[in-house]
Amino acid sequence: MAALLTILIDGLTYASWLFIVALGLTLVFGVLKILNIAHGSFYALGAYAAASFVGWAASMKWAPGLSLVAMLLAAVAVAAVVAPLTERGLLRFFYGRDEVLLVLVTYAMFLIMEDVTKLVWGANPYYVSEPYALFGNVNIGVQTYVGYDFMLVGLAAVIGVAVWWGLNRTRTGKIVLAVIHSPEVASSMGVNVSRVYMGAFSVGIFLAAIGGAATAPMISVQPGVSVGVIIVSFAVVIIGGLGSIEGAAVGALIVGLARSAAVHLAPVAELFSIYIVMAIVLMFRPEGLFQRIQARKI
Amino acid sequence: MTPPKRPLAASPQGGNASGPAEPDPRRLLGPARSVVLGVAACVVLAVVGWFVPKWLTFLVTMAAANGLVSLGIVGLMRGGVVPFGQGMVMAVGGYAAALLFNKLGITDALGLALCGGVAATLIAAPFAPLLSRYRGIFFAMLTLALSMVTYGLLMKLEVLGGSDGFNLGRPTLLGFALPQERVGYVMYLLTVVLATVMALLARVYFDSTRGLVTLAVRENELRVEYLGGSVRQAMTINFILAAFCGGLGGALVVMSLGHVEPNFSFWTTSGEFVFVAILAGWQSVAAVFVASTVLEVVRSFSSAYFPNTWQLALGLFLLFVIRFLPKGIGSLWMRGPTR
Repeated sequence: MAALLTILIDGLTYASWLFIVALGLTLVFGVLKILNIAHGSFYALGAYAAASFVGWAASMKWAPGLSLVAMLLAAVAVAAVVAPLTERGLLRFFYGRDEVLLVLVTYAMFLIMEDVTKLVWGANPYYVSEPYALFGNVNIGVQTYVGYDFMLVGLAAVIGVAVWWGLNRTRTGKIVLAVIHSPEVASSMGVNVSRVYMGAFSVGIFLAAIGGAATAPMISVQPGVSVGVIIVSFAVVIIGGLGSIEGAAVGALIVGLARSAAVHLAPVAELFSIYIVMAIVLMFRPEGLFQRIQARKI
Repeated sequence: MTPPKRPLAASPQGGNASGPAEPDPRRLLGPARSVVLGVAACVVLAVVGWFVPKWLTFLVTMAAANGLVSLGIVGLMRGGVVPFGQGMVMAVGGYAAALLFNKLGITDALGLALCGGVAATLIAAPFAPLLSRYRGIFFAMLTLALSMVTYGLLMKLEVLGGSDGFNLGRPTLLGFALPQERVGYVMYLLTVVLATVMALLARVYFDSTRGLVTLAVRENELRVEYLGGSVRQAMTINFILAAFCGGLGGALVVMSLGHVEPNFSFWTTSGEFVFVAILAGWQSVAAVFVASTVLEVVRSFSSAYFPNTWQLALGLFLLFVIRFLPKGIGSLWMRGPTR
């Protein structure tokens, strides 16, 4: 019973940051039709920026609680500076090209950003320990859990609801949905499609960066964090169905639970449990769990 | 937005221009021309390889062996799907060759290379009918999942050396032991010859009926079905052939390196093969090997001169190619109605 609870809580923690990151990925795909391999690099960028910002906040003698604000600022900075730069400076030249070619473009971005982060932050690991201790410990049964993990679950829930609300209940969201449905018709109705693309891409990158910033206290921030994240978040959106918010949530839960079950019950399978789940889901639901069936073109 | 579709009956060489009774001379000359050019290139490489420094023959060996893996990807790309997990078949071929060498004492390089290809084919074949149902991103992701499962297994299996992999000794060829100072050249020769043979076979296959059906699938698979062609059969066979190419390439790489490790199956390795395939384009077979050599050269030089930024150089290079040569290097010399 205790083991089951541990698996559930570990899985939920893992699922919550994964959901935040995957939500960004699915949003960018939904609006821009780009499966962004560089998404993991933006995650890493968020984590690095958080490390710098939190360190800076500590040196400025900010109260420890404000390190959370520093993390948020880090993610905002990444989204406000890097996202428009890559979208306007690079991606927009490739819109309308073959989907797989666009994946290759983002693969090139991934390669470039991998080295750029190394050039800026060096190859040594960073540790962001301040925020991790902020929420104390929580005792459930005989086990003790870190409070920060539960904060992360809360953050994921808040972000998920906010994005859903923003898309489905606001005027801007309706415009974005119109662009998703048909960029040409939306454009002829007077929507500035380029601006929607840039906005959606920035929000997507913000989600990757805030995911990175929020997990920075739990990991050592070092080269290579992006490589692992991107494939796992791909698995999440593929399981859930590309472009679906509910899908990202369910996919993240499935992946999180599968991974923590593997870690606790069959450590040998830890590395590939996620991919086995993804393969099984794709076998029975080729388009993912929450994807609407599309008509074939003749 | 798609350009007007060409009728299926017309061959890409535009054979119906001269009427059905007279076959297009280009079509008859085509195979002979390919064979002559292929053999000539092979002979030139063999002679030149004798005189150039060892690092260069090694570079070309790696390029040709990796090119075989990418050749399989090009075969699939002609049908409109891109596998993002071709590192898997390469790893299977490599591990099969290395295990046969170490455990069963088979040391013949040619035999090991072919066994690598067969092993990869056998592992990939059960998945082929399943994968043939998927397209686009989903095909890419499923193949990626397969390669990552393989990666995880290879990392965890201590019998196979775990994350470090293991080494293998010097191979023999056709019963002859290879002296230390010649083994590099002989492996180079073997790899170049096998690559030429596979390239010519690929050309024959691409121009065969099924090869042309594959091209038609890329255009519009529903029409292929209505005209009586089997899309799934074509895709299945393409995947199996790609696996053979990948396994062959993997075995050759492993024998030249003298080492095998799970990283062969990691997704970034697969990404490099896709990179080469995109760089080459799907029209020309020779372009695959040119592209593979270009990648090896860029990689070697940038890791020698800018060791910390070689991925940056590679990324910029890739962007440059996608922007200015969207149909790949092959489009530089493959003219005519194939678009």
